[in-house]
Amino acid sequence: MSAATEIAAMQGGTAAGPAGPRLFAAGAAAGMAAHLAAYGEVPRHGRDWSLAEELEASGLTGRGGAGFGAWRKFAAVDHARRPNRYVPRTGGPVLIANGAEGEPLSFKDASLLHNAPHLVIDGLVAAAAELSAGSVFIYAGAANLAPVAAALAERADARHIALVEAPDTFVAGQASAVVNFLETGRALPRDLAARLAGSGFKGRPTLVHNVETWAHTALVARYGAGWFRTAGTPEDPGTRLVSVTGNVPSEVVLEVPGGAPLDSVLASAGVGSDAVSAVLVGGYHGRWVRPDGVVLSAAAAAGSTPAGGAVRPGAGVLHVLGHGRCGLAATAAMVDYLAGQSARQCGPCMFGLPALADVMGRLAAGTGGPGLVREVERLLALVAGRGACHHPDGTVQLVHSALETFADDVRRHLAGQCQEAAPAGGAVR
Amino acid sequence: MDDAMWAFARVSGLLDMVLLTGSVLLGILARSGRPLLAIPRVSVTLLHRNISLLAVVFLVFHVVPLLFDSYAQLNLVDVVVPFLGSYKAFWQGLGTVSLDLMAAVVATALLRRRLGTRTFKAVHWLSYAMWPLAMAHSMGNGTDGTSAPVVAAAIVLGVAVLAAVAWRVSAGFLETAAARRAGNARNGWTRP
Amino acid sequence: MNAGGPAARLHIDWTRCDGRGLCTELLPEALGRDEWGYPVAAPGRVRSGRDATDVPLTGAELAAAMDAENLCPLLALRIIRP
Ligand code: SF4
Ligand code: SF4
Repeated sequence: MSAATEIAAMQGGTAAGPAGPRLFAAGAAAGMAAHLAAYGEVPRHGRDWSLAEELEASGLTGRGGAGFGAWRKFAAVDHARRPNRYVPRTGGPVLIANGAEGEPLSFKDASLLHNAPHLVIDGLVAAAAELSAGSVFIYAGAANLAPVAAALAERADARHIALVEAPDTFVAGQASAVVNFLETGRALPRDLAARLAGSGFKGRPTLVHNVETWAHTALVARYGAGWFRTAGTPEDPGTRLVSVTGNVPSEVVLEVPGGAPLDSVLASAGVGSDAVSAVLVGGYHGRWVRPDGVVLSAAAAAGSTPAGGAVRPGAGVLHVLGHGRCGLAATAAMVDYLAGQSARQCGPCMFGLPALADVMGRLAAGTGGPGLVREVERLLALVAGRGACHHPDGTVQLVHSALETFADDVRRHLAGQCQEAAPAGGAVR
Repeated sequence: MDDAMWAFARVSGLLDMVLLTGSVLLGILARSGRPLLAIPRVSVTLLHRNISLLAVVFLVFHVVPLLFDSYAQLNLVDVVVPFLGSYKAFWQGLGTVSLDLMAAVVATALLRRRLGTRTFKAVHWLSYAMWPLAMAHSMGNGTDGTSAPVVAAAIVLGVAVLAAVAWRVSAGFLETAAARRAGNARNGWTRP
Repeated sequence: MNAGGPAARLHIDWTRCDGRGLCTELLPEALGRDEWGYPVAAPGRVRSGRDATDVPLTGAELAAAMDAENLCPLLALRIIRP
């Protein structure tokens, strides 16, 4: 996997931190020596320094998809671990680095674990010290655990970190599924009545972050919030990894600053804007957009219209749909995949997603009647919010954005013509 | 006095045979998720629960008098430990086993919030063992077990339960079976 | 629903619910059934994503909701008080 990096808007930085690429500053497949040469030791901080405060000041958001402030979960676990006379003590907090990356279009976590495993470990070690963690896990697919195991063998301060092999399913990366897998061996999401921060793994306060979030945490622990904010925008500070896939010269992982314009990111992946029909931002649970004028920002409002030209990067996937390709057909295939990936625990997800996939399939094939769009919308409303995990909602978001972005294609499909089949030049943008 | 007690125990036992059967039938109906004609699902569930509790009451009426009966010579140990009785030990033992099963089923049902659905369900399955044991006990142990009206009643109850069980394992059992099958068939899935 | 938010919410644990429809009988105004039998919040009640799983209830429905909580054969319901 290539670790090509690109920091467009980043200037200088502070004296301490790397000024170029952040997460891959130590180069490809960095061992401990290269890692220390690039980043130095984690400094010993004084008593008044706190990682929690530093994280809050940094504005780092989760890089796994949901995009909440990383410090919030950290603070919630910090709060839950403190002795409380109403709650019996259950053992120290549990920290989990989630690299399961069930999203089929994403490979940035794999790339990170292969090239910069020590950063992820550093983040866990720093947080474990501050939170007096009882157990620390790194959860990822078998192929991505090997470099982590090699990295762990190189250092003495991380012997308490356990590696857990994640199953290769879409929902295996949902936070409650991770905890469930560690407890029971079944990577199925749970009904989240109790928050993981308060009562997660075996009832202990549990902090689950994406592996990239942990890597950024390591940098914040080293260089501080001020340095972290020297990249990105005030609303979306720092950098993030994105996996660029689809109709691209070669699939790459890029490191881009917060608030980066989508077309410039695509340009650095070698994709000319005139070759692009639409981009799926955030992966199978993300949304389709037309790229021009759109920026990637974790601060973007939720909802299916990229308000103010900003769209949430979600799991960091940019999937390019080239000109002449049919967005509805691509979406229908994704919904079909997602329906098959339902963990089949929750009725509306287990039956609603296949029904949705069926209708989307007919829409894409151009074999549906005029009532098809209304049926799609009815099913979207029916499954939205009705599951133990985010899977139905993510699917709803994908389909909503497809209906909006490909509205012209929808009309054409209902009239029985598909753009993909039509001769080039007939495409309307 | 003895005779009155004996008669009371006998009648309670026969009544319990009917109540238990009713409870099993209503339980199967409740599991299907279907209403019974004009009786809504909630009421079917409540009926299942209340008739089961009534069956417990009549079981007490059935057993307690026998403790004082000089002929049956039942003692407290015989009530819970099977096959020790002095009178038709085998047939009485079947009754004792089904009493134990019933106690377990009812206790776990009442405590299901605390125990969780897994334990509750597992133990509740024992009802299917309890019912035939209780029936066999009635036939083999009872003074009236061979009288024509009782045999006729037992046959009716038996046929009803067998039919209900056959329906229980049939494909269209759940109220929503058809819609769900259609949902699964669409993607070539079967219910796990 | 009054301005101060719902009197309570009925949380549906979808991993347990099997759509047996007891709750929909007890709370006909708050819950309907979808085509597979699962409870679905009445259209007017869903204002945010959360409302589909934590269904807002009026004060008058609380007693029926407690019955539903007790009678749900799969223990899939829980009342969340504000
Ligand atoms: S919503 Fe779907 S994917 Fe999520 S736990 Fe329920 S059945 Fe599984
Ligand atoms: S009563 Fe329970 S199992 Fe039945 S539909 Fe309601 S929540 Fe689901």
